Parts: sequence; C-alpha cells; structure tokens
Amino acid sequence: MPLLDTNLIRQDFPILGRTVRNGKKLVYLDNAATSQKPLVVLDAERNFYLNHNAAAHRGAHLLAEEATDAFEGARAIVADFISAQSSEIIFTKSATESINVVSYGFSNHLSKGDPFYISKDNNIVVTQLEHHANLLPWQQLAKRSGATLSWLGITADAQIDISNIDSMINDKTKIVAITHQSNVSGAITQLEPIVKRAREVGAMVLLDACQSVPHMPVDVNKLNVDFLTYSGHKAVGPTGVGVLWGRSELLEKMEPMITGGSMIDHATIESATWAKAPKKFEAGVPNMAQAVGLGTALKYLTKIGMDKIQSHEEILVAKALTGLQDISGVEIIGSKSLLNRGSAISFTLEGVHPHDVGQVLDDYGIAVRTGHHCAWPLMQELKLNATTRASFYLYNTPEEVDIFLNGVREVKKFFKV
Amino acid sequence: MGLESLYQEIILDHYKRPKNKALQDKYSVEVHHNNPSCGDEITLRVQVENQIIKQLTWDGVGCSISQASSSVMSELTQGASIEKALELEVSFLELMQGKGQVEADEQELADAVAFSGVARYPARVKCALLSWMALKDALLRAGGSK
Ligand SMILES: Cc1ncc(COP(=O)(O)O)c(C=O)c1O
Repeated sequence: MPLLDTNLIRQDFPILGRTVRNGKKLVYLDNAATSQKPLVVLDAERNFYLNHNAAAHRGAHLLAEEATDAFEGARAIVADFISAQSSEIIFTKSATESINVVSYGFSNHLSKGDPFYISKDNNIVVTQLEHHANLLPWQQLAKRSGATLSWLGITADAQIDISNIDSMINDKTKIVAITHQSNVSGAITQLEPIVKRAREVGAMVLLDACQSVPHMPVDVNKLNVDFLTYSGHKAVGPTGVGVLWGRSELLEKMEPMITGGSMIDHATIESATWAKAPKKFEAGVPNMAQAVGLGTALKYLTKIGMDKIQSHEEILVAKALTGLQDISGVEIIGSKSLLNRGSAISFTLEGVHPHDVGQVLDDYGIAVRTGHHCAWPLMQELKLNATTRASFYLYNTPEEVDIFLNGVREVKKFFKV
Repeated sequence: MGLESLYQEIILDHYKRPKNKALQDKYSVEVHHNNPSCGDEITLRVQVENQIIKQLTWDGVGCSISQASSSVMSELTQGASIEKALELEVSFLELMQGKGQVEADEQELADAVAFSGVARYPARVKCALLSWMALKDALLRAGGSK
C-alpha cells in the first residue's frame, strides 16, 4: 500500500505547521507519548460545550437529552472501532485508570467461587516489557492479596519471551496482563500462544493496547482477550479520556473501584447495589466532552483507514530503521526489521547520552522522547538508563524521517563522536 | 541563543574528563540521589573533618549536563568548609532557577557559571542540580546547618 496523502492530512493538524526553536519547522516524532489532534476533534469538544452541555443521564431537560445522546453516541463509535458492544465500553480518564479499575476488581474478600477472587494461592503474570501503568497496579494487587507476581522475560530482540509460558501461566494464574505493543522497542506481542495458554488454565487476559489501537486495526473478537484498554490522547483524541473494554459476563461480576453518583441500582444510608455495566464503572458526571472528542477522533481515523495508517507507518519505520543502521554508533533496541514491530523506535548512540541526543534534535525542531519511557524493568534488563525514542504516526512524512536521520548525524558532529 | 550556550566547552570538557569520579574508601557520609523522571543517578562520598570537606568523590550515570555538573561541583567544594559549600549550593540553585535572568557571580561560582545557559532550558535544570542536591543532603547529614 502507498503512503497516505500527508499534505492533506497535515492541514487537519495546525500545530504541525508551527515553528519551534530558531524558527525550525516542527518535526513531531513523539507520538508514542501523545498524538496531535485534528481540528475536527477540537471542534467536536467545542461544539459540545457550545450547544449541548449538560450532565448526561441526569435532568429532564432537552440539553441533558442531547448531552446523553452525544455521550452514548461516542460510546457506540468507540465500541464499533474495536468491534465490541457498547455495553462493554467503559469511559475512564486514561489507560492508567482502566488498568487500576481491573486490578481493584480482584480481591481476597470475595467468595471463593467468584471469578475475581484472588488469594495467596494465586499468581498474576506480567512481562518485563510493560509500561509502569501495566505493572504497578498488579504489584499492588499482589501486595493486597498475597498473590505472587511473576513475569515473562524478553528475548534478545526485546520481544516477550513465550518459551516458558506453559510453566509461567499455570492453574494458579488469575490474570495475565500484557502489552500489545511495546512503547519502547515497538515489539508487537505474539498474542495467540499466550491467550491459548491462559484459556487452558482459566486465567483472564488484559491487553494494554495503548500502542496498538491508535496504529492498526484491532478487533477484540479476534484477539480473544478479556480486557483491553487504551488512552484517547494517543489516538488523535483529547486528554482525559481512556477506554476500558471488558467481556460483558466479567463486567457483570467485577466490583467497581470508584463509587458515587449515578452508578447505583439502589441506595440507602447503609448500603447500595450497583447499576449494570458500563454505568457501574462510571461514577460521577462523566468526561462527556472528551468522550465526544474521542468518538470524533476515531471516526477521523476510520475514514482514513486503520490498515492504511498501519502501512503508512511501516514505510516510515522501514526507512528510519535502514537509515539509523547506516549511522555508526547507533544501536537499535529490538527488532531491526518490520517483523513484529510497530512505530516506536528506541536507540542509543555510542558516546552521547539520550538526553543530549534529544536536546540537539530539539535544536533542529525534532521532538523525540528520551529517558526510560516508564519501563524501568525493561531498562534494567537491557542494562540501559535511557534511550532516545522516535515514534511515527499518520501525519509524518518520509522527508521528516530524513530530517530526523540528518539530526542524528548532527548530534554526532556536535559531540564529536 | 542556541546549543552553544547550553553546551559550553567547559561543560563538554568536564563531561569527557570528569573530575573526582571514583569513590573514595574513607568517608563520613555517603548519599545516593536519582532523578526518577530521567534515570540519572549519583553516589556521593564526603569526608568531613572539623567542618571542612577533606575529600569529596562521586560516581554516577547521566547526561552531559548532570555529569559535568557533578564534576564541577566536586572541584569547587573540595577543601571548602561545610558552610561555604552550602553557600555555593544556594548561589548555584539561584542561578539555575533564574530562568536565564540571574547574573552569575564568576568570582564565587568559577567553572559553574558555564551552566548559566542551562537555566534557559527548564527541562535540563534538574540535570544540573542533581549533584548539588546530593551535596546539600550529604553536608546536612555531616553536621552542617541550613
Ligand atoms: C504501553 C503503554 N501503556 C500505558 C500507558 C499509559 O497511558 P496513560 O498515561 O495515557 O494512562 C502508556 C503511555 O505512555 C503506554 O505507552
């Protein structure tokens, strides 16, 4: 498939036309951290506030009806985007919150037959590749419940090592929490054997899809997992809105982490019972404008085509991988080919600390991420303190890849390495 | 005002050839500080006798700014009184937090004035301050007073 028409797409993202240091054109390659937003998303939020703002699901007036329609309409789009049911979509503030919600669904105070009952006789399986957002909530659950935290390691290619899943995922495993695509190495997880093993032993699977849903077609039915989450802001949507998808039979049984307004079936001074999902998990007046913005963002991506976005990124990534390997002293973390890899490319440059790489690139208008990318266990395994990461999206161009590669060469000149 | 103001020659020199970067065996206080947002780390050892820094050495990992700053700090405070070293720390902190508006005192800060340019890059200020924060911590533990 060919490249996208970035001339057209970039007109939708005015920020990409701004200049940065020394009047340099912005080259935004920090998409794994957050994406830029097209005008339609800003307009959708603004339109909500200008014309329909009221508390959804509350009030007997027209605005409340319209706000409810807009909010629930967004839920339908979000569901459709991953081929799910609306009732299985929970709006959270972020992927971080989503994962916490699921981790707090488990407890050792439940009855033993409950699917969310966990105790010291159980284990929780994560991987060395996880973002802290998909690690710390599980560490905490292990602490609260006495369950054991165990983890899958990584291969030489910085992929999840699945060679020992049969022993690691066993009949004591309650949940396997795993990333779909690494925000550091770009590795795309080979899910099938992991999910198959989890099914064999009756463990649930939570997929951190922060780096996959914005970049490739995702269908929850094909993935066969139990929970999936991502953040709207990485998918050209607003900040402050995340998605948690869960199987309805599990959402029905899962306890809410946050309680309060509009999530009850019945309440007295002493106790309450919960409404059905998704309401049960959306206590308080929800992030309506942000949800509406996310719905518009996903419509925007769908119109362009997720398969086309994926192919576009592959062309850019292939070019960047080849170019980086031509620069002496550059070491790419993980796969050096397109095989099982997405758009995030982390690398080191011999003799220059990543912060200094990023600083010089910044001087050329190039925005990259430097540091540990909230993945300390992976960094520890790789024996690195930091890397430089470039990550691409639908609006990036081959010319920007060239500017980036040239920037890396300039870093070498500046630091005389 | 570009990269050259940030990465002055003195900084690059200290980065390539850091001073006092080998931990001494004999010390009164050892502290370990890190920058959780970027992963930079420093271990600092100080030998204090009669309120005087007899020896100060360090080891660590990090970017050129944090490494050079540690090196310059170690030179400046070697042999100084705790009181004097803490005064230096205050001056350096003021310079770093001055957003580029504070004039550096060359007399007092010597090589450390090379970091003036860092103050214009808010994201890098914490790199320059890492070793100085470690120093302050170590000296207060060694009996200095604020
Ligand atoms: C793989 C992965 N998981 C989780 C997160 C957390 O997302 P958020 O900070 O939006 O909650 C991120 C974002 O950096 C990520 O890259």
